[in-house]
Amino acid sequence: MHILDKSLDEIHEALKSGEVTSKELLEESLKRAHASQDEINSFVTICDNAKVYDVEDNVLSGIPYACKDNLSTRGVLTTASSNILNNYVPVFDATCIKKLKRNKAVMMGKTVMDELGMGGTGTTGHTGVVKNPWDTSRMTAGSSAGSAAAVSAGIVPYALGTDTGDSIRKPAGYCGVVGFKPTYGLVSRFGLFAFASSLDHVGCLTRSVKDAAYVIDAIKGKDEADMTTFNSRNIQLVDNYTTDVKGKKLFYIKEIVEELKNSPNKEYYENFMKVVDYCKECGMEIVSESIDEVILRSLYPSYMAISCAEATSNNSNLTGIPFGNRQDGSTTEEIMFNTRTKGFSELIRRRFVIGSFILQKENQEKLFLNAQRIRRLVVDKMTELYKKYDGCIVPNSESIAPKFGEKNDALSDTYLLFAEHLAISNFGGFPSITIPSGEVDGMPVAVNISGPIKHDSDVINMAAALEEKIGFIPLNMRGDK
Amino acid sequence: MYKVVIGLEVHCQLKTNSKNFSPAPNEFTEAHNINVAAVDLGLPGILPIANKEAVKKALFTSMALHCDLPDEIIFDRKNYYYPDLPKGYQITQNTKPVGVNGYLDVIVNGKVKRVTLHDVHLEEDTASLEHYPKYSLIDYNRSGTPLLEIVTNPCIESADEAVAYLEDLRDLFLFLGVSEAKSNYGQMRCDVNISLMKDTDTELGTKVEMKNINAFNNVRAAIEYEIKRQTEVLESGGKVIQETRRIAEDGKTYSMREKVDAVDYKYFIEPNIPSTPVTKELLDELKESLPELKGDRYLKYIDKYNMSEYDAGVLSKQRDVSDYFEEVLESGVDTTLAVNFVTTAILSTLNKLEINISELFITPKMLSEVIKLVSDNKLSMDAAKKLLYEAIDKKTDPVELVKKEGLSQINDEDKLLELITGIMDENQEVVRQYVEDGNMSAVNFFVGQTMKKSNRQANPNISREIISKELERRKNNGK
Repeated sequence: MHILDKSLDEIHEALKSGEVTSKELLEESLKRAHASQDEINSFVTICDNAKVYDVEDNVLSGIPYACKDNLSTRGVLTTASSNILNNYVPVFDATCIKKLKRNKAVMMGKTVMDELGMGGTGTTGHTGVVKNPWDTSRMTAGSSAGSAAAVSAGIVPYALGTDTGDSIRKPAGYCGVVGFKPTYGLVSRFGLFAFASSLDHVGCLTRSVKDAAYVIDAIKGKDEADMTTFNSRNIQLVDNYTTDVKGKKLFYIKEIVEELKNSPNKEYYENFMKVVDYCKECGMEIVSESIDEVILRSLYPSYMAISCAEATSNNSNLTGIPFGNRQDGSTTEEIMFNTRTKGFSELIRRRFVIGSFILQKENQEKLFLNAQRIRRLVVDKMTELYKKYDGCIVPNSESIAPKFGEKNDALSDTYLLFAEHLAISNFGGFPSITIPSGEVDGMPVAVNISGPIKHDSDVINMAAALEEKIGFIPLNMRGDK
Repeated sequence: MYKVVIGLEVHCQLKTNSKNFSPAPNEFTEAHNINVAAVDLGLPGILPIANKEAVKKALFTSMALHCDLPDEIIFDRKNYYYPDLPKGYQITQNTKPVGVNGYLDVIVNGKVKRVTLHDVHLEEDTASLEHYPKYSLIDYNRSGTPLLEIVTNPCIESADEAVAYLEDLRDLFLFLGVSEAKSNYGQMRCDVNISLMKDTDTELGTKVEMKNINAFNNVRAAIEYEIKRQTEVLESGGKVIQETRRIAEDGKTYSMREKVDAVDYKYFIEPNIPSTPVTKELLDELKESLPELKGDRYLKYIDKYNMSEYDAGVLSKQRDVSDYFEEVLESGVDTTLAVNFVTTAILSTLNKLEINISELFITPKMLSEVIKLVSDNKLSMDAAKKLLYEAIDKKTDPVELVKKEGLSQINDEDKLLELITGIMDENQEVVRQYVEDGNMSAVNFFVGQTMKKSNRQANPNISREIISKELERRKNNGK
């Protein structure tokens, strides 16, 4: 096993002791990135000339990482996997990137995503489909598809991702890695290409819960450039890291677990119930709580309404006028029209039409404001439950990663409760982490733990305790894959 | 005859250090694309940061305009595509403006007209476009400049009222120190909505909109032309079309585009700016610093100090002059003299030197001292003004000058008589004209000479009395 495959703690020690150099780590990472590119296609850009930093006292120094291609990186092409930005080189760094630079972390590449973050398949990026390193006939899900694949494939120990509905956590689950979306406002969104501002989060994909704690500690903090950030000096994930979670109280959402129980493949339900047992073994209390099914069924349409509405406005800057992939036209209207027609895929244009429709004066009350009401109902319900419980645990998904062609982003008449249940934490800004919980049919499955806002440490620690019990071995540590 | 109904939307750029939602400087500059931050270009990943100073100035203005103030500050997005709008939306206030239901009392031809306000809201300016035959250029300096929009109800009934309102509104901005409000820099711009209706009509007529008129005299010209044009249309049995028109250099208005349906701006609350409560502390702080405004001062000057409308107008127009004047008054000097000195010597000096009153060497205290010398008959008006000019020239306290150079007025009758007798002896012919021909202008001649000989220190009133007496004495002696 290469040192690159170890935990951040261990890699840091190896750098400190001189067992490996930062340059060697970067070279190995680049080698793996290039080698896997044809097969899994994680990267839009591989930074062959990335600046290498020597190791310092902080754990991330000198260690390569990958970054989702919707985070602004000064001087490095940032496309959000869309044709409309296929030539866009930012002039400023996102706050999280700036902080990682200050930590002397080494950015080795920009990862493929679903176009502009919209989509949950990893198949809609302008440079092609991202494939699941566990089984390349299967998808990674998205939108942080390349980040999940790159971490899973062992190219980097961690990658930055962003999460608006479940865009970090869903692909993390399908790729057998840890995905963490902290409390809204803990990490600055400055430099994140906005999809839906009230739901967007910056987070990370790692191979262990502790590694996630390191990454978030490094990028969090109040930012003058993001009014929704808050002072978080009292939230220190690594300092408070412990797997002793005795006495913590968890609940799971009864309706969602029931649905899993009724699925034809019993293994999913059995896997989840085994995790429930682990919770008890860790000394945690765990019970089921019911949430009105009408509310649960409204999650997906509400999420679509709010996110599409905000997205259509947020992406109105993509006209080709001040920047971007401008198309010809004889008037400014024509330039904007042609740029947007050619620059966006059909799926994106569909979302913008939906968003625009929802925001129209005559529809706002019925569609947009009702969606906001659902959002408030869900958040109020969760907040009430979080007064009694330290967290909520749910199955991350209803299945293992689907095969290509089994699923797409087109609208359908029926949805499972699972369709958007992870978005509850985006609605409320709750910290939410996904960890692998085992395998079904040789593919990883996962659970998700969320908690009340600003209780990121509790969420991390509960996940860490379960991680220890579950003993899942990441793909890159296995000799057989 | 038709009743004219006008509504005005005034955009005023607020004076702040930085832009409304970005750290770029907010200042007028001739150089293109200098004051530009990533936020002003709408680059991917940017976030707005609300400018506290702009919010405070917006609330301050709303307060001065007697508006109901909101309990929290929130912003909305107004979504539309235009090349001067880099984000594709403008951050503005729709849900909760900084002020609603205000008013401004305006004096129009000697009468008070209350212009009622629909709302006052804070938003950001767009970039500016320069069009050339084959291409257009974009200057982002203006992009994101804080803009306060003040929307009246359709309650203005003439061009006179409209222009008086605009002038008073501009003076209010200057009084409050929230904007430079220079219309030639586009810092104050006006949209005019105008329609005509019969007295018997219950509903407003079809309105015509004219956008972005900078100069107030163009607002007047546009309104007057539209009243004439719309009257002719209606008189000839036609219908006024709902449209946007522009005023051309010939003073006429021309159709730009017909208004189809109202544009749906798809407003929604800006999610990146959390709501900020408007606290009692903030309101108290603003109320504390709210100055007495032009209209109130004008009426006070007429009612309390019996000033002419003209003087009251001159002294209330600019806040710094008015504050200066009131400070002079506070020292207890004679009001008439204070009005006289400020409206003549002081204002003419400002004009001549092209300076602000704050830059003037003569402080209100100095002027009060000089005025006291005049009312105590120690100095003539003439001598006092001359003294002020000299003090400005030499940058010396006028009271010091009086002490040093003995410029005080000669009130001593014996001294004056001695001087006057001497002058008369030198001008026997003029004395003769008085004594023999009864030429009364001799008196003025001797007053003038006395002033000249005394270096303008002679008390002119006492001198005149002595001259009259002395001439009479000589006349009687000659008999």
